[in-house]
Parts: sequence; structure tokens; C-alpha cells
Amino acid sequence: MTALEVRDLVVEYAQSRGKPFRAVEKLSFTLEAGRTLALVGESGSGKSSVLKALSRLVTPAGGQILLGGRDKVPAKEYRRAVQMVFQDPFASLNPSHSVDHHLRRPLLATGRARRGTEADTAVAELLRQVNLTPAADVARKRPHELSGGQRQRVAIARALAPAPDVLLADEPVSMLDVSIRLEILNLLDDLKRQRDLALLYVTHDLATARHFSSDIMVMYRGQVVERGPSDEVILNPKHPYTQLLAAAAPRTGATRAEVRAARQVRAAARSARDAERRETVVGDGCRFRPRCPFAMDVCATRPPEAALGGGHRVLCWLQSEGKAAA
Amino acid sequence: MTTAPITSTLPTATPPASGSSGGPAAWARGAWRTLRRSRRLTIGFAIITAFVLVAAFGPLLSGNPDAFSQDLSQPPSGAHWLGTTQTGQDVFAQLIASTRGSLVVGAAAALLATAVSIVIGIGGGFLGGWADEALSLISNVFLVIPGLPLVIVIASYVKGSSTLATIGVIALTSWAASARVLRAQTLSLRSRDYVQAARLYGERRWRIVLVEILPNEVAIIVSQFIFAVIFAILTQAGLAFLGLDDPSAMTWGNMLYFAQNAEALSGGSWWWFVPPGLCIAVFGAALSLISFGLDEVLDPRLRVHRPRSGRRTRTKGTAR
Repeated sequence: MTALEVRDLVVEYAQSRGKPFRAVEKLSFTLEAGRTLALVGESGSGKSSVLKALSRLVTPAGGQILLGGRDKVPAKEYRRAVQMVFQDPFASLNPSHSVDHHLRRPLLATGRARRGTEADTAVAELLRQVNLTPAADVARKRPHELSGGQRQRVAIARALAPAPDVLLADEPVSMLDVSIRLEILNLLDDLKRQRDLALLYVTHDLATARHFSSDIMVMYRGQVVERGPSDEVILNPKHPYTQLLAAAAPRTGATRAEVRAARQVRAAARSARDAERRETVVGDGCRFRPRCPFAMDVCATRPPEAALGGGHRVLCWLQSEGKAAA
Repeated sequence: MTTAPITSTLPTATPPASGSSGGPAAWARGAWRTLRRSRRLTIGFAIITAFVLVAAFGPLLSGNPDAFSQDLSQPPSGAHWLGTTQTGQDVFAQLIASTRGSLVVGAAAALLATAVSIVIGIGGGFLGGWADEALSLISNVFLVIPGLPLVIVIASYVKGSSTLATIGVIALTSWAASARVLRAQTLSLRSRDYVQAARLYGERRWRIVLVEILPNEVAIIVSQFIFAVIFAILTQAGLAFLGLDDPSAMTWGNMLYFAQNAEALSGGSWWWFVPPGLCIAVFGAALSLISFGLDEVLDPRLRVHRPRSGRRTRTKGTAR
């Protein structure tokens, strides 16, 4: 079942002079109940802008966001149905309130529970669901008494309190210790299955994106350059940018030669990025062209979206020309 | 890993008392422990408590400050602890009554000024847009108006009306600076993730301001209130000394005014003008001590690490 459908989403930010800056360019995708969609891309690619638009913290400049098939859902209903887990658990909890307050308020504000014992039991139940026990002790604590992982569990519980249909996770583990990342991701995965949530998982980390999501979208400069089933996209990347991302991911057990090669790739990427900064105007063509090792003349025009079967689609001229280059 | 980043990013926000167990008794115990953590805080609180007790109960115990006697311009003695004025009034009784008057004016003016600065500063910072522009303009105007001349002009305009007018005048001229500080802090707080999260689950705006933002500014507001009290008492004393306050009100400033008029300084009646002047100085110093002490307790980075003198002598003793 489609929980949330996004059509031609455009997000723009006003600039002090000149045209507004377009952070997201005509983005379309759907979030299915009980499935995870991963959104990967480097810093500045527009991932956070997508989240802000979906959580209605910024107003999109264009496009539609359909909740359960309906456009322009009233704020009250939308607020309940779409919730978000923030990146930094040290900033997303109010230092002057107890854990209990963080869970009770969304319950009351969205009308999921009435004041008094009903809210008490609901808070305890939420804490139990995110494995924070004993619930009574944890509820009394302030955020500064909790560890990073515990804080993120509280943040997840808060997002679950209104019983949402869609959960947006903005790099939920990037600020956490490596040792507890997997726990938090497994928790999210379990909750998704139990509650039939549609999960949008925004991340830098290709390995966890592949492991925890059924589909992956790769964003570059506000556009989705490649999308498809996660194994397809990660193991068989077609877009040069995805290939670059996959090559940049560090691997344990790499040989010396591989490490050296990886370092050369990184150095090349860095010089390419510097070159790109000099050449800021890309015009209408492929946005990755200045960094692309396979750039051709035709790349100066807008690349078509090539379907490779199985839902795997790439925004690249290389794939449209009779698959000769592949 | 847990506590260090929190205190470094939000030094004002985390209360030092442990919130693990509830109840008013536990709260009081926590407050007492906090108080004892800083020597400045302890001394400041002790002095202020003494002043407040004198202001509250002193007038009940001391004599009538307006009563005249036959002892004119007497130095301190057993009958008149702080001597008498030129007209034979008891300086000690006057000082007690003035303590109440000055404290009331100081606290009321500071409360009013703080309330105005909270409404204008936090309101403007949170609302943004044209409301922020308008409120900022107003506070900027009040900020650049030279304070004392304005106070003098307004005070002479409403001269002799009442203590309330004095309170109003002082509050009117002292809210702007704190409003700007609160606006800046609110601008920073309103884009924090926890405020965004509250918006996400559809919390109402007044609740976001009062419940999510305001508690994180309490430390700033308290310190601003303390300095507002000092400012109000000093301004009131200045106004009274210039003869711009209601002369029938008993305040430290009015005592100085009458002492000056009776040429107590040139006449050598030091017992008349030294006590009120000393009270103003000590009260201001005590409030400053509280403010610095609170900073010390709330922000661990400002804490001075000095070994306790008792322990140090003991270790020296064992070494010898």
C-alpha cells in the first residue's frame, strides 16, 4: 500500500540576490507501508531538503505530496501521520524536560491518549517498545543523564508516539557510537515491521542502506541520478556517481594495492570537486558532468532516464545509447 | 561520552541538581547543595536574605521613623543606635523603613522590566518577520535613548505623584538591553531540533514558546533580573538624591537627599549618610555575588578550582 507519494517535488531557498536556489529538482517517489526506501548522496545533495519538505518544515516551491492518495491533507492529520527522527540525539531532546515529557506531549497533542493514567500507560508502553527499561526510571530522567544511544531511542519513541504511517529518519545513527549503530537500525527495522511503517532512511552509509532498505535512491545536486532495488544499485551501479560512491566506501580486509587504488580515487575525486567549484555553471546538462570520468559532448544536454529492468533506472547518457558502454 | 558534550553545547540549560528523585524535600536538598557549591553564592544569598528579613519584619520591631525627639543631631548611642537627624528622628528606624521602601521599588521595577523584556524579546525572536522588525525597532529606540536624562525628564513630569510612578519610570528605561539578549537567544533556540520536533507533532505555538523555549532561557532571565534590581535601586537612589522622587516615601535615596539638604556631610553627621550609602553598596555587591555565583554553578567551565583551605593546611601539617 502506498503511504506517501511525492510527485515532482521542488524545494527552493530564497537567496539574498538573484534567483532562488533550487535544492531539489522535480523529485518523484513513493513510500510503501512496511518497506524502507534509502536516500543516499553526499552533503549538499538535497537529502535534508527533501525531509524538510516532507515534514512540512519548509513549503515546497512545486509538486505534490500525497498522503494516502490525497493531496493537501489538513495540518492536524498530516502532523500525526508523518513523523521524523533527527540526526543528532544530543540536539533533538529538550535539556530542560524529562523523558516522560518528550513522550507525553506528542501523545496528548495528537490526541492519542487522554491525560492521566491512559497517558501514563502509553508512555510506559512506548519506552518498552524501544527497549528502554525499567520504564518508570527512564521516564523520570533528563536527557543529559542518558547516553547517545538511549537518547536516540527516546527520539524514536517520540516519533512513534502519534502512531505515524510514515517515519522519516535523517541519518539516525551517524552521530552514534559505531557499537550501537546496528542496535538502533535493527530497532527501526523491527518497529517498521511491527507497525507497518513506511520508512525513509536518509544516509551516507551505503552498507547499511543496502542492508536495511529494499530500494535505494541516489541523489546528486537535487536530482535522483539512480534508483532501484538496493542490491542492484549497490552491487551493480550504473551511474558514474554511484560507482564513485561505492568505490569511496571503505572496506575492511582490503589489500595494500586496493587501499592505494582507493586513495588515488579519492585524490582524483577531490581534484575533480575543486575543478567543479571553479566551474559552477552546469546549465541544462548533466549535473555530474564536471566530475564525471566518462563525460561526453552529449552530456551538455539533459540526460534521459534509462530503465534497466527490475525498477532499476539511471539518469545518464551512457545507459541510453544502446547499452554499449555498459 | 554522555555529559561532556551536553554541558559544552548547552551550558545554561542543564540544571545541576540531580532530577532522579522527585518531591519538594529532595528539591530543597538539591537547591541547598547547589547553594553551597559556590562561596560567592552562599555569601550573596546570606546578605540578601538578611536584607529581605529586615525589610519584612524590621518595621514591626523598630520605632516610628517619623517620630521627633528632643535629641537633635546626636551621634550613635544606646538610646539611638545610629544617632538622630537634625530634627531628632531616629536614623536606625529610618534605615529599617527605607530598606523596605528601596527593596520594594527595586524588586517591583525589576519584575516589570523583566516581564516587558520577556514579552518583547522572546515574542519578537519567535514570531520573526514584521513583528520582529517592529519590536526590534522599539527596543533599539529605547536602547539608544540616554537613560538617566530620560528618567529625570519623565520623573520631573510626573513628580511627586507616587512610588508607582517611580517604579514605572525605572522599568520603562531599563528593559531594552535584556530584550535584545533574549531575542538573540530565542532566535537560536527556535531552530533547534527539539523545537522542530515539537512543531512536527503539531504542538501549539504558545506551548512551544512557554514550555519548550522559555525554560531554556531561565538562567539568562534570572541573571538579568538580578542586574535589573541593582539598576533599579541605584536609579531610584539617584532620582531621590536629585529630589525627583516622592519625598514622603522612605528610601535609602531619600535619606541621602535629606542628609544632603541638612548639610550632614559638612556638619560631620556621618551616622546619617554613611548607613544608607553602605546599604546600597552592600546590597548591590551581594546581588552581583549571587549572579557570578550562579554563573559559576551553572557553567562548570567558569568554576574556580581552588583546594579547600582546611584540607590544604592539613596536608601541610602531615608533610612537616
